[in-house]
Amino acid sequence: MESLYILVPVSLVLVFVIGWLFWRALEGGQFDDLERPGYEVLMDDDSPKDSKKGSDPCG
Amino acid sequence: MRFEAAAGGTSAADCFHCALPVLAPGRHVASVLGAAREFCCAGCEAVARTIVASGFEQYYETRSAPRPGDGAAVLPQDLPALEVYDDPEAQRQFVASPDAGRREVALILDRVRCAACLWLSEHWLRRQPGVLRIDINYATHRAQLTWDPAQTRLSSILEAVRAIGYDAYPYEPRRQDELARRARRRATWRLFVAGFGAMQVMMYAFPAYLNGDGALAPETAQLMRWASLVLTLPVVFFSSGPFFAGAWQSLKQRSVSLDAPIALGIAAGFAASLWATLAGQGAVYFDTITMLVFLLLAARMLEAAARERATRALDPLARWMPSFATRLSGPDDTLGAQRVAAHAIAPQDYVLVAPGERVPADGVVARGASSADESLLTGESHPVAKAPGAALIGGSINLEQPIVMQVTRTGPDTQAAAVLRLVERAAAGKPKLVEAADRLAARLTAVVVLVALGAFLVWAGVFDSPARATWVAVAVLVATCPCALALAAPIVLTRANAFLLSRGLALTRGAAIERLEGATDVVLDKTGTLTAGRFSIRSVTALGPLNEDACLGLARALEASSRHPIARAFVGATEYVAQDLRNAPGQGVQATIGNRRVRLGSETYCREIAGCQTVAMPAPPAYAAAAQDTPVYLADAHGWLAGFLLEDALRPEAQAFVARLGTHGLRVHLASGDHPAVVDALARRLGIASVLGGARPEDKTAFVERLQRAGRVVVMVGDGLNDAPVLARADVSVAMGSGADAAQAQADLVLLGGEATLRLSAIGDALAVARRAMRVIRQNFAWAVAYNAVALPLAAIGSIGPWEAAIGMTASSFIVVINAMRPLAGRDRAQQRDTAPILAAG
Repeated sequence: MESLYILVPVSLVLVFVIGWLFWRALEGGQFDDLERPGYEVLMDDDSPKDSKKGSDPCG
Repeated sequence: MRFEAAAGGTSAADCFHCALPVLAPGRHVASVLGAAREFCCAGCEAVARTIVASGFEQYYETRSAPRPGDGAAVLPQDLPALEVYDDPEAQRQFVASPDAGRREVALILDRVRCAACLWLSEHWLRRQPGVLRIDINYATHRAQLTWDPAQTRLSSILEAVRAIGYDAYPYEPRRQDELARRARRRATWRLFVAGFGAMQVMMYAFPAYLNGDGALAPETAQLMRWASLVLTLPVVFFSSGPFFAGAWQSLKQRSVSLDAPIALGIAAGFAASLWATLAGQGAVYFDTITMLVFLLLAARMLEAAARERATRALDPLARWMPSFATRLSGPDDTLGAQRVAAHAIAPQDYVLVAPGERVPADGVVARGASSADESLLTGESHPVAKAPGAALIGGSINLEQPIVMQVTRTGPDTQAAAVLRLVERAAAGKPKLVEAADRLAARLTAVVVLVALGAFLVWAGVFDSPARATWVAVAVLVATCPCALALAAPIVLTRANAFLLSRGLALTRGAAIERLEGATDVVLDKTGTLTAGRFSIRSVTALGPLNEDACLGLARALEASSRHPIARAFVGATEYVAQDLRNAPGQGVQATIGNRRVRLGSETYCREIAGCQTVAMPAPPAYAAAAQDTPVYLADAHGWLAGFLLEDALRPEAQAFVARLGTHGLRVHLASGDHPAVVDALARRLGIASVLGGARPEDKTAFVERLQRAGRVVVMVGDGLNDAPVLARADVSVAMGSGADAAQAQADLVLLGGEATLRLSAIGDALAVARRAMRVIRQNFAWAVAYNAVALPLAAIGSIGPWEAAIGMTASSFIVVINAMRPLAGRDRAQQRDTAPILAAG
């Protein structure tokens, strides 16, 4: 049971770390447009490869 | 948004790209999706070829079916040059440069219609050389672009957007947008803190649930409590901020808001748990509080999203303004063209509008002929022809040829801005039923607080368990929060409003929806309502000493400054000058010309000045057949001078409109100031039984009052100035947008558009939508009241705990919101086809 005295504070620290990560994502605009990810699935770009990323069919 | 195979969306005879008719089959053909497709013009063909060549052919599979003219492409040489955007001076306004190798700009994408268009633009732009980053917001049609100035110029990127048939303008992100974005982020952050806190606190609380009371070592239990307390602090002091702020606000105003019981519940629960933690005895309920806040915030977020969707349909009207305009120094000058910010143009300026561009202000065509897409304001998707002298609505899109316009009104004075103000005003007014619900919600809140207090006292006093008493009270406070009651109507009303606007009908008073639902009678005006109100003179007959030309001259002088539809017939040069003009609404005008007092108007009106016997108007050859002819007389104090026969064509959809009103179970009446014989003939033709001809405005008002005394709820459809008193008297008033502006401001609903484009059928839509909207609102009220009636006693006797109460309340709000988001449009397929994209975009 003594391990709890370490684990609980560690979990608290983790909570704040994850909270900070989420805050970064939020400020980075990841949650500004919640509609688009839905459409991206439907309009997946699975035909020709992007010319920039190389057109080598084997790559 | 619907997806539908494009091949099914456009027929063989229409352009594959923009659905406009193909005039020269076989001339513009390209292979798309494995078959040869016809295009209407070289522009559309070029766009389609570009799309196919770059491997984005699937755009045609995923896009929603275009309406005619959607995305119609324009050849680049007809468009204004974009080099102006490369000017460093101009760029200072809207371009940011974080470092030497990067430039950032915010773009508005114009003429995109569906998610597939956005997808196409985004992937296309990403492929352009020099584009470092492009993010398109699918909800707002805004893009954030970063490019490398060493590799490309802004104008080349904008040019690339044109190559696939869309348009992009840089814009200065408005403060308001920025604020809204911040508010959204903050709300998301609050929700996250509450949700994550709730999860973690539940982990700390779980051992206590598993082991039962006392099985956990006291030190361990205390450790968990402190950990829970640490995580609950941000949830209570940050995430619950809106509840406390709302409660404090209402306390200051000495009213009870919906936030009050929630804030009270959270505060009471937290205080009790805090005390238990510090004292090391008693129960803590941190898990309950955090869960409660999370569920409530989630409900708010959903509600805000639904509201935003509903409001967004009004957006095009608020944001139609292009950012630049091409100003000319005169109507014939095209060399001195100057690209200026759109807000810098002023009335009387001459502006060149290239095809595909939005008209930057209200104005008149000075040179050139083209057609315009006015669907922004009228809901009419067919292009409207524009010749010199024709009025242009700011925000409409010029479709064919470059035209030069003279600006008449700009910025807040434009029609689009005026309509937006009216519609916004509608949002402020509420139907009586909704007002009653709001009062009920406020009273219910007070009752809830009292019941919670009562429950607390009973549990603490009678059953002697103060800890339990606290939680019963919190459960009562939370479970019965009348949020659903408060949510029941606003979303439905906003959506009804947006739907009607897309049909070319602006609702200016929210209360009208309820009265429209109960309407039993419709009184129609004739001129400008059932007819287009475009009069032309069919014959002039001199009845007095003056010859016909002189009479016509007098009449022109009299009507020179009038905006009545009849005045249009008398437009022309005259040597006379009218002084001391007096307008008798619905009857005619009087003025002094030279030393002669003359009147122009109805027979009765003229007879009052003429003081003579009825003059037999010589019957024109086809009088009985062409029953829409309207006689107008000219007289002075000595007698009759002339009679004019004006003709006015019936609107093509008038017959169907009257029939549709009948199928809605409404009694239709026709009231007009025109000659009774004319009105009767028209009524017979349309199948209207109740007719009031030769009516002055007072007669019409009396007629409406008579109906109202008999218990009828009357909708009056009329135009402008003449009908203003009747419109004010009727239960619901509908004014024609082409009429005088004064009447529009007083009417409950305004039918938008020019006389040629406004659509009577929208009034039928409004009736149907009002009925559906009110039905949904009633369902919502019934649900909210039933839920509260069940939840309140259950919570008071302690059989539901606080977090179950929160789930119950959230679910009840959610059901109401979902119900409010159901389609308002009718069941018939044609209508659904039309509205689907609007509702999806909204």
